[in-house]
Amino acid sequence: MVVQALAFYLFAIIAVISAAMVVTVRNPVHSVLFLILTFFNAAGLFVLLGAEFLAMLLVVVYVGAIAVLFMFVVMMLDINFVEMREGFLSYLPIGVLVAAVLFVELAFVGGGWVMTDAKMAAIAQPVPVGVNNVNAIGMLLYTDYAYIFQAAGLVLLTAMIGAIVLTLRHREGVRRQNISQQVQRQRAETLEIKKVPVGRGI
Amino acid sequence: MLNLGVALPEIFMAVASLALLMLGVFTGKDRSFRTVSWAAVGAMVIAVILVITGDNGSAFSGQFLADPFARFCKVLILTGSALGVIMSMKFAERERMARFEFPILLMLATVGMMAMVSASDMLSLYVGLELQSLALYVVAAIRRDTVRATESGLKYFVLGSIASGMLLYGMSMVYGFTGSTNFNVISDAVSNGGLSVGTLVGLAFIFAGLCFKVSAAPFHMWTPDVYEGAPTPVTAFFAVAPKVAGLALFVRVALGPFAHVVADWQQIIVLVSILSMVWGSFAALRQNNIKRLMAYSSIGHVGFALVGLAAGTEAGVQAVLVYLGIYLVMNIGTFAVILSMRRHDRMVEEIADLSGLSRTKPLMAAATALLMFSMAGIPPLAGFFGKFYVFKAAVDSGLITLAVIGLVTSVVSAYYYLRVIKVMYFDEPVEGFDRNGTELNVIMAVATIIIMVFVFFPNPLTDSAAAAASSLFGH
Repeated sequence: MVVQALAFYLFAIIAVISAAMVVTVRNPVHSVLFLILTFFNAAGLFVLLGAEFLAMLLVVVYVGAIAVLFMFVVMMLDINFVEMREGFLSYLPIGVLVAAVLFVELAFVGGGWVMTDAKMAAIAQPVPVGVNNVNAIGMLLYTDYAYIFQAAGLVLLTAMIGAIVLTLRHREGVRRQNISQQVQRQRAETLEIKKVPVGRGI
Repeated sequence: MLNLGVALPEIFMAVASLALLMLGVFTGKDRSFRTVSWAAVGAMVIAVILVITGDNGSAFSGQFLADPFARFCKVLILTGSALGVIMSMKFAERERMARFEFPILLMLATVGMMAMVSASDMLSLYVGLELQSLALYVVAAIRRDTVRATESGLKYFVLGSIASGMLLYGMSMVYGFTGSTNFNVISDAVSNGGLSVGTLVGLAFIFAGLCFKVSAAPFHMWTPDVYEGAPTPVTAFFAVAPKVAGLALFVRVALGPFAHVVADWQQIIVLVSILSMVWGSFAALRQNNIKRLMAYSSIGHVGFALVGLAAGTEAGVQAVLVYLGIYLVMNIGTFAVILSMRRHDRMVEEIADLSGLSRTKPLMAAATALLMFSMAGIPPLAGFFGKFYVFKAAVDSGLITLAVIGLVTSVVSAYYYLRVIKVMYFDEPVEGFDRNGTELNVIMAVATIIIMVFVFFPNPLTDSAAAAASSLFGH
């Protein structure tokens, strides 16, 4: 139990600190690295919760794909991050004000939170007994929430079509590979033999 | 229980859009634009038939609900979408935006809207809404080489994402405090345990997000810019189907999970409705671009429709549905007029370009005048009855102040509708417009005839709206 508690505090503290670093460090590459650290710690928290499949997914998908993509974007795009942060101070008072209002609201909400037995029963059981992670997620995704799953698939398809519609351009004069055509090429199509009379040029 | 039959129209539309996507991809480039467009229209017509002949019931473990309310709204949405596709074909070909993805995106948006009005769970609501919004962001920017269209698409996308964020935040609050995302369970939790602060905050955030989606003031800022910047047929589409879907969703959420706490959300709706009506009528006064004018007009119309919702009664919901039906017809007709505003093969969009239309194109001018009178709510045209029903519902449930403000703003808004008529009939004629396509003339004529004869045959619309409204209060 003690080990578990220690592990929880370790993961939680590092996660919070590195999350704060993501938004405060100046170098965008460092900020992506801190983001990866946050993901790893969140994965650790998932393991502590008994959700090892989600933990693996988080590492594989977020660290393996999304963070790497971020890294590419940060390194390949020529974005002047210093310029983007200009005006930060002038917006700060309004930002702090809005944040304070929201915080007070949240405090009120938290104060009004009463957990009754009926509510506890209404909340879905997070860990079903005797079912492993993958089975549980599969049951939810493909049985109970099949409709949402399919609809989410349509949303992703729409996003894909949208990206293609808005960015794909068919450029003229691009040389594409056509293997059969290239293989079947005859000498006559590519070579032209000219007889050049001596001393006269073409 | 997996009760696929009740979701047949949605499944059919989704599969049809996938099939058409394949058709478009494999027939190469954009030669298939016309084929795909007409096929999309055909699919929507079939979907209307499936909706009308379909069964009521709930499916997918309570996430999807097909009741008379949803089916009524789906018929309106599909009609609006199909007409939107028809109106866009010629325009797209002339303005070099004839890409086969365009009708497919409109179909996907329509599937999203149908899912929205059938939602009986926060999750299905959100997924449907996102499907609709995402497709609409793309079509707003589909003329990617013009600055105005890309600007409007980007603006719509950024502000729409913020609205989605607010909606999600509200939903998470409601989920946290009631323990479920299902509308029935939320409704039970709210009626048994009362409305906790958390649920109330969630409710406010959800309503704010929905207000954005239907462009009700004070969340309307994006509307004029997006309407002006997007290609005109896209604007016509925006003004009709998503508005109907958004308002229907609003009614569904307000009178589904939160049906027992009408008094708590009524004030929000009353305020939003007053702001929309006032802003919609006063800000429109100094607009010279007809698309911007229609944007403000739609903000005002949303305000009027919300008056019916504010009543919170069955008569109020019926009034909203009747209003939406009439709004759809009027707007389709008006946008058919705006799409015919071409001179020397170029679109013109200023109100001044309509000068002297009564002499160059008397029939079109007459149709436009009737549509504008109807928008202003002058009897005996259909627009009058739309407003009459919502105000009557509001007065019956004691919201007399709201009804009076509605009447006053309605009079103010009459000014700018009448200004269009004045420009057409009393200003010096400028050069006439190019010849219209047949489909625009037919749509214009049919819309005008419907708003004229509605006074004699109101029953098909009012009766089905009544049946739809009663299904919302049945359980």
